Amino acid sequence: MVRLMVDAPTAGSDKDAVDAFLQGGPSLRHAPGPYFGSYGGRWMPESLIAALDELEDTFEKAKADPDFIAQIADLNKNYSGRPSLLTEAKRFSQHAGGVRVFLKREDLNHTGSHKINNVLGQALLAKRMGKTRVIAETGAGQHGVASATAAALLGLECVVYMGAEDCRRQALNVARMELLGATVIPVTNGSQTLKDAINEALRDWVANVGNTHYLLGTAAGAHPFPALVRYFHEVIGEEARAQILDQTGRLPDAVCACIGGGSNAIGIFHGFLDDPSVKIYGFEAGGDGVDTGRHAATITLGKPGVLHGARSYLMQDDDGQTIESHSISAGLDYPGVGPEHSYLADIGRVSYEPITDSEAMDAFRLLCRTEGIIPAIESAHALAGAIKVGQRLAAEEGDAGSKIVLVNLSGRGDKDVATAAEWFDLLDTDSAEAEIGKEGEQL
Amino acid sequence: MSTVQDITGTSKSAAAIDKARAEGRAALIGYLPAGFPGVEETIAAGIALAENGADLIEIGIPYSDPVMDGQVIQAATTEALAKGFSVRQVFDVVAGITSKTDAAVLVMTYWNPVIRMGVDEFSRRLSEAGGAGLITPDLIPDEAAEWMEASDKYGLDRVFLVAPSSSPERMRRTVDASRGFVYAVSIMGVTGARSSVSSAAKDVVAAAKAAGAERVCVGLGVSTASHVREIAEYADGVIVGTALVAAIRDGGVDAVAALTKDLRTGLNREEA
Repeated sequence: MVRLMVDAPTAGSDKDAVDAFLQGGPSLRHAPGPYFGSYGGRWMPESLIAALDELEDTFEKAKADPDFIAQIADLNKNYSGRPSLLTEAKRFSQHAGGVRVFLKREDLNHTGSHKINNVLGQALLAKRMGKTRVIAETGAGQHGVASATAAALLGLECVVYMGAEDCRRQALNVARMELLGATVIPVTNGSQTLKDAINEALRDWVANVGNTHYLLGTAAGAHPFPALVRYFHEVIGEEARAQILDQTGRLPDAVCACIGGGSNAIGIFHGFLDDPSVKIYGFEAGGDGVDTGRHAATITLGKPGVLHGARSYLMQDDDGQTIESHSISAGLDYPGVGPEHSYLADIGRVSYEPITDSEAMDAFRLLCRTEGIIPAIESAHALAGAIKVGQRLAAEEGDAGSKIVLVNLSGRGDKDVATAAEWFDLLDTDSAEAEIGKEGEQL
Repeated sequence: MSTVQDITGTSKSAAAIDKARAEGRAALIGYLPAGFPGVEETIAAGIALAENGADLIEIGIPYSDPVMDGQVIQAATTEALAKGFSVRQVFDVVAGITSKTDAAVLVMTYWNPVIRMGVDEFSRRLSEAGGAGLITPDLIPDEAAEWMEASDKYGLDRVFLVAPSSSPERMRRTVDASRGFVYAVSIMGVTGARSSVSSAAKDVVAAAKAAGAERVCVGLGVSTASHVREIAEYADGVIVGTALVAAIRDGGVDAVAALTKDLRTGLNREEA
């Protein structure tokens, strides 16, 4: 705990700075990059700079093009199923200090998570650049499946890089991607995890940049990716803000989201960054606990460094070598984090806290049993955080029933059933599913 | 005019290339990853490189996420890390080679290990070890303010990369920021032996020269004496990496010495 205090970023200590921002300072909502404070930038091989320039130029023109805006709006509505619902979780709320908890239902989108927002946008940009092939990295397979989906819809060739160990454990997601027409390439280099899949995708991109767009899955990486990925997820926050005003007549007291790279979080935060009355929380994967070394609490315990093209908080050793992250949630199991989050942490606008595997799984089961919604384990970190925030609000300010906590339910948990069944010991010990669950399989 | 000219007198890399030029040939630059298969072997192989005809030596720092490297170098650096290589040992390697040879010794490194140690601290220690400077595959001049300052302070060479995809404007910017020489990437891709040298290499060199570069060396995919001969026709130096890493992997220091000797034949002046 002491270590936590010492290593924590300057959240709180820069309160004056963020107050200045909030009282008529520049908006925090549309930071264009390449820099977010001292974070972000382009720590990339020269070979890829021209492609990043091309992407930035295409993106800037697309944003100003009514045809592109209309295309995105049409796909969001008629393909993804937006706007996603805002659901009040009344029975769940009783466990969160009695505050009112509202869920932004990104789990109801086509493919089952927020990921679809970004892949459709980037696949359209790829088409505008005349590229015929997209590549993507994936950990558990969610971004890979979303990328394969967008590629199928828009007639693009799709290659997905995935750690060899993940391919074995996520055989069903590999099958999903292949059903959608994508090629999945197992990555056997380095630690064979998500970060190595990103490395391999970058190597592919350097060699094939003429016809290939790298469809990065989170709000990290070199400029313009952090600002670009945020842009396609801003719809989450904009919808949620209008919906909460419509349903309750006021802004929420707090907004909660889980953070891996941080794309769902930056999407919902965007709607509320300029509202001084709204407290904003990002919940990182605390794994076995932040004092065990087995976690993915990048902002809580990492130090600034450069990885995959951006300066940001990073889990690294004293030599600057990247440290392996650990989380029960594959979607949060990444040793880096998007640069805008590092900035929002440093200026104290967003509070980042770790949630352990155990806390997340308790919240996972609670939502299943109180609301009839099976959340993604990633999103369960946000739910566990919301319980803490709700209890804190109730204890510190009283009048719990008048408080509102908004949670981004970033994905659905169908993929996590085997993991959860193993965690809660729901399977016969000799069943095939129990064997799968032991391996961390997400169905 | 560019800084490349202004500091020629203090650049170890420029001096090594100019010495080769005075002999009527291009310079030979050999790459080895530090700590593969061990620190002592890297030092011995570096000395063998110098004794058998390499003018400059490039020592790579093993890194967890080497996005510009192909399979052979990745495998070598992953093994070095698994054996416990630590970044500060690169200074032992540099000092071990510079104390025994006249070759200019550069360090090739991804940027995060330098940031972690501190750019100034890293530069000071490299300078004390007799190092010539840094080759930085994932640092572009746009992000290099700290490194520009430290390299000036300690008189180190800044070798940035230019690529077939570099625009004329970026080419100029990179050439202006570089000192010692400019590293021309021969192909859009990562390190690794290839059967032939990309035709793009000649164009990259011409573009870098047009942007004001005094010395341009070509790397990526260069593995044989005939590649060396071909590139030496238009470049100031030829960089060989993967082939040397495979040599030390398969045949140790003796194999490095033999390959260097062979590569060097690609630079011998034609008999009149």
